[in-house]
Amino acid sequence: MSADTQIEMPVKKQGGTELIRFENVTKRFGDNTVLDDLCFSARKGKHVTLIGPSGSGKTTILRLLMTLETPDSGTIQVNGNRLYPAGEKERREARKKIGMVFQQFNLFPNMSVLRNITEAPVRVLGLGADEAEERARELLDLVGLGEKRDAKPSQLSGGQQQRVAIARALAMRPEVLLLDEVTSALDPELVAGVLDLLRDIARTTDITMLCVTHEMSFARDISDEVMMFDAGKVIESGPPGKIFGDPEHERTREFLGAIA
Amino acid sequence: MTWDWSAVRDFMPRFGDGVVTTLEILALGSLISFTLGLVWALAFRAPTRFVRWPVNLITEFIRTTPLLVQLFFLFFVLPEWGVKFSALTTGILAIGLHYSTYTAQVYRAGIDAVPKGQWEAATALSLPAHRTWFAVILPQAVRRIAPALGNYVISMLKDTPLLAGISVLEMLQQSRLAGASTFQYTEPLTVVGVAFILIAYPASLFVRALERRLVR
Repeated sequence: MSADTQIEMPVKKQGGTELIRFENVTKRFGDNTVLDDLCFSARKGKHVTLIGPSGSGKTTILRLLMTLETPDSGTIQVNGNRLYPAGEKERREARKKIGMVFQQFNLFPNMSVLRNITEAPVRVLGLGADEAEERARELLDLVGLGEKRDAKPSQLSGGQQQRVAIARALAMRPEVLLLDEVTSALDPELVAGVLDLLRDIARTTDITMLCVTHEMSFARDISDEVMMFDAGKVIESGPPGKIFGDPEHERTREFLGAIA
Repeated sequence: MTWDWSAVRDFMPRFGDGVVTTLEILALGSLISFTLGLVWALAFRAPTRFVRWPVNLITEFIRTTPLLVQLFFLFFVLPEWGVKFSALTTGILAIGLHYSTYTAQVYRAGIDAVPKGQWEAATALSLPAHRTWFAVILPQAVRRIAPALGNYVISMLKDTPLLAGISVLEMLQQSRLAGASTFQYTEPLTVVGVAFILIAYPASLFVRALERRLVR
């Protein structure tokens, strides 16, 4: 992995500094208030999982961080840099620290697997072609697809495409990795491979992860903190053992009961 | 009326010049319409309406007025403003401009058909706007619309005789001149008609093959 990442056990990360901060963030789509005066923060190196019924605003949080949506009010900061409100230039800089993996992979179908991974490091970070390729090869080996570097995305299975998408996000050396229901579009037999890879990344790097998922055993494994959303608010948060084992809120119990 | 092969033979030198001119109009006209159409299509998506509105108005205007009117306008009116081009240059510019308003719509449809996730992935990777357009969006859009663009080239081919109206010596005009000097119109006009089929039909087969290959 990257030179500046260290291998650390999750327990040692308790004292991390604050990396992501939402203050009084409200987001509406028409009359529908998806996030309602939301405040929350995540510390560096933490793995935070967002759970809750669909439409509760979990994915919107990731999309706001990725600047794919604009909040109606409130402030969002990443590593002390403002994402909102902020000028375009400031936002671009803050965004470079963030990577995202999408439910539908969103690989560029017109590029080879290798170019998918090298494009942004070359064009955005200004890496030389050789250096970017070297980094891409290492990442492809990490995700177990070293021999697929010249394939087109359409020649890969969904699970393989998603692993390339993870490699593509990591190639930018993000401080924050956003995972938006990354296994929801996969055939059941391909889910485990992707989750194992993410467990590996969670264990061996200090990348901060924000994860929206319906895979509760995965959430239990990797999370330092689980946040339960309902109707645009965090109604309960805490370590996975607490949320899954002994939830306080009635809605949390209902939700976990319904998907179990 | 009898068919006279010698009239066909006599027409050949003029016909050869006419074919070359027609193909030249087609090649350069296509080039202009493909390039300018892309410029319009990008302008349709400009962030400010001060670009979008005028461009929409202008392209709509050009698209809904007849090509022949535009040809006459450029040929007879522009020189009054001091802009003088040869008939051929004027014709190529006019047909390229006219067809650019069609190809612009094709590009627009092709761009709209690229999944939203592609834009989002480009944003997530912080790709600059020009890379998003030229490395991600347009290659995918053009792939889908290549057959539609091809069809407009064929359609443009069939509009090239309009340039005879401003005295461009393309195939039709050459056949008229041949007829005017020999009073034999049948042979030259037939040759020209056949020539259009011989160019257009293989071209349409090519477009159909392109469609099968590219549009999935």
